[in-house]
Amino acid sequence: MSLSEIEFQAKAVEDAPEEGIQGRSQWALTWRRLRRDKMAIASMIVIVIIAACAIAAPAFAALAGHAPNTVYPNTGLSASGGPVPPGTHGFLLGTDELGRDLFVRVIYGARVSLFVGLVTTLIATVAGVSLGLITGYFGGWVDGILARFIDSVLAFPYIVLALSLAVVFGPSLPIVIGVISFFTWAGISRVVRGQALSIKEREYIEAARSLGAGPWRIMFIDILPNLLAPVLVLATLSIPAAITFEATLDYLGLGVPPPTATWGNILAGAQSYYSVAWWYLVFPALALVITTIAFNLLGDGVRDAMDPRTERVFAAGRKKRRKRRTASPPPAPQLPGALPPTA
Amino acid sequence: MSETLPRDAATAGPGGTDDVLVRVDDLVKYFPVRGGGLISRTVAQVQAVDGVSLSIGRGQTVGLVGETGCGKSTLARCIAGLIPVTSGTVTFEGQNITNLSRRHMQPYRREIQMIFQDPYGSLNPRRRVGSIIGDPFAVHKTASGSARKKAVQELMERVGLNPEHFNRYPAEFSGGQRQRIGVARALALRPKLIICDEPVSALDVSIQAQVLNLLADLQQDYGLSYLFIAHDLEVVRHVSDSVIVMYLGRIAEAGPKDPVYDSPRHPYTNALLSAAPAADPDAAASRQRIILTGDVPSPINPPSGCRFHPRCPKAQELCGQQDPPLEVKAGDPSTHVTACHFPVQEGEVLARSGRASGGQPR
Repeated sequence: MSLSEIEFQAKAVEDAPEEGIQGRSQWALTWRRLRRDKMAIASMIVIVIIAACAIAAPAFAALAGHAPNTVYPNTGLSASGGPVPPGTHGFLLGTDELGRDLFVRVIYGARVSLFVGLVTTLIATVAGVSLGLITGYFGGWVDGILARFIDSVLAFPYIVLALSLAVVFGPSLPIVIGVISFFTWAGISRVVRGQALSIKEREYIEAARSLGAGPWRIMFIDILPNLLAPVLVLATLSIPAAITFEATLDYLGLGVPPPTATWGNILAGAQSYYSVAWWYLVFPALALVITTIAFNLLGDGVRDAMDPRTERVFAAGRKKRRKRRTASPPPAPQLPGALPPTA
Repeated sequence: MSETLPRDAATAGPGGTDDVLVRVDDLVKYFPVRGGGLISRTVAQVQAVDGVSLSIGRGQTVGLVGETGCGKSTLARCIAGLIPVTSGTVTFEGQNITNLSRRHMQPYRREIQMIFQDPYGSLNPRRRVGSIIGDPFAVHKTASGSARKKAVQELMERVGLNPEHFNRYPAEFSGGQRQRIGVARALALRPKLIICDEPVSALDVSIQAQVLNLLADLQQDYGLSYLFIAHDLEVVRHVSDSVIVMYLGRIAEAGPKDPVYDSPRHPYTNALLSAAPAADPDAAASRQRIILTGDVPSPINPPSGCRFHPRCPKAQELCGQQDPPLEVKAGDPSTHVTACHFPVQEGEVLARSGRASGGQPR
């Protein structure tokens, strides 16, 4: 058989089934796997609901008939001057010690939390990826200096920085965003640097160099697509971290200053009243917990979908069951002289 | 070293010296070995390529053979300008292109392209094939948009790929198809020289033939020159006009392929050729294998004199003391050069019959 004949046959085989096969990108495959993950989809729905609430916060305020920062001393406070419980006088989740609507305040708090979570993650990711790529690709003294800088950022006590900045400039939203971004980019940068270090030794990077591609082109067109997966996972998981971080700073009085409704501020106010008004503490805390859990579970789902080799603990049981179902039944004990079972 | 090297050792074409595309003169590439500790300093040098001269004629194929670690790939990367050269010069069409900056090298990148060994490692797994093959156009800004797409599809068709597959990822192709993608990428800018760094070593034998035939067709159509690096002596013989045998960073023997293959002078060339399996069982039964003892010595601390002498069956005292020049031996054509004090004569038997295993004629 001549080569061309083999080639012809190979071509015929190749062409037949290919019509139905679509070239699937990494993202399409990830989305397909993510869609099968019930936990991740549930988390996504929860996040969408929270985000919708945050965006529509003024509408909720109008519906409740209460503004977030207005005190309602006549209806919102009990006869003894304490907060009213949920359901009284149209206060769905009750009021705080000044007679403000807790429901409206919690909804407005979601705005700050999500905004800080997304913006800091965006800033930290862009900064972390760029610096990680540059240090990893160029190496040498650039890498040495930045790697030590990253180490010192990761070793720095964030409370000290937040405290000193709050003292010098006064607590504000930009400072909160700055502090959180500053402590988030370093972790991302470190991961990206490690990946870039390993990817830049691949042969396809050498191929790009032999074509005459410059360092920026190689970094952002050849290396970056190869590390988007870990970056996306890190970014998804850094959103809940940033939300908790923000709430912590608010709670300590180092974040967004008090009249503004944020979950951290509400919790800070609740700490002297929770014994008489449980709702004051429970509802903002629930909002915070549900949001961070939803983001964390989504992040886990994204990670699993990106890398099908990793398994989550409670996903393992499901997989085992499926394996058992598909596995062939155990071979029956063979009687002497019996025919071997045919497959 | 260099003064004794005939410059046109590897140019076997009828054009001779006038039609030289690439000339390499006394190329040296040492890699520093850095010691540990806080302040790293160079403690040793890996002498990957140590004084190699060669030239490649227009439209010619020069085969480069040798054991793993003898400096073949390093030499290729030096010529392609991918790694800086320690000393020596690389000349392309009369222009010195040694250690040019990236900007100044850019016009020569169009002329010199590479095909890599690993069809899996040399294609970016996260980019679509169309974008990989279109990369040269994007980098050199020669075509964009629909013109680039059209050029890419023409290239894919030329190398035997289905042009409709340009939206696929490399993982969706087989090894042979991937190597064709690599060929298409190398071909995109219509280079004059393509350096093939073991282009078929990673492929199945039947696929090897397809890729080799493709390379031969392309050479005819576009008048390409190839520097063809391979382990497989038969592959090199099939594709090359002339052959260079390297050992431990130096040229052991070089010349047009027929004299080198038919009457090898250097004991190392003899050993390499005798190790190649023969397809004919009768020939295989009667062939005498020259078994080399030991491994290739470390290029950090190469042997004195002739670098091959610790493993050479013909080594004498002189070999360990004096470096043999690369010169024409008696009875050889003027293009066939050998670096050996005691070149192998026609009909000489090198196999040591006294050795226990494999040394005996079977």
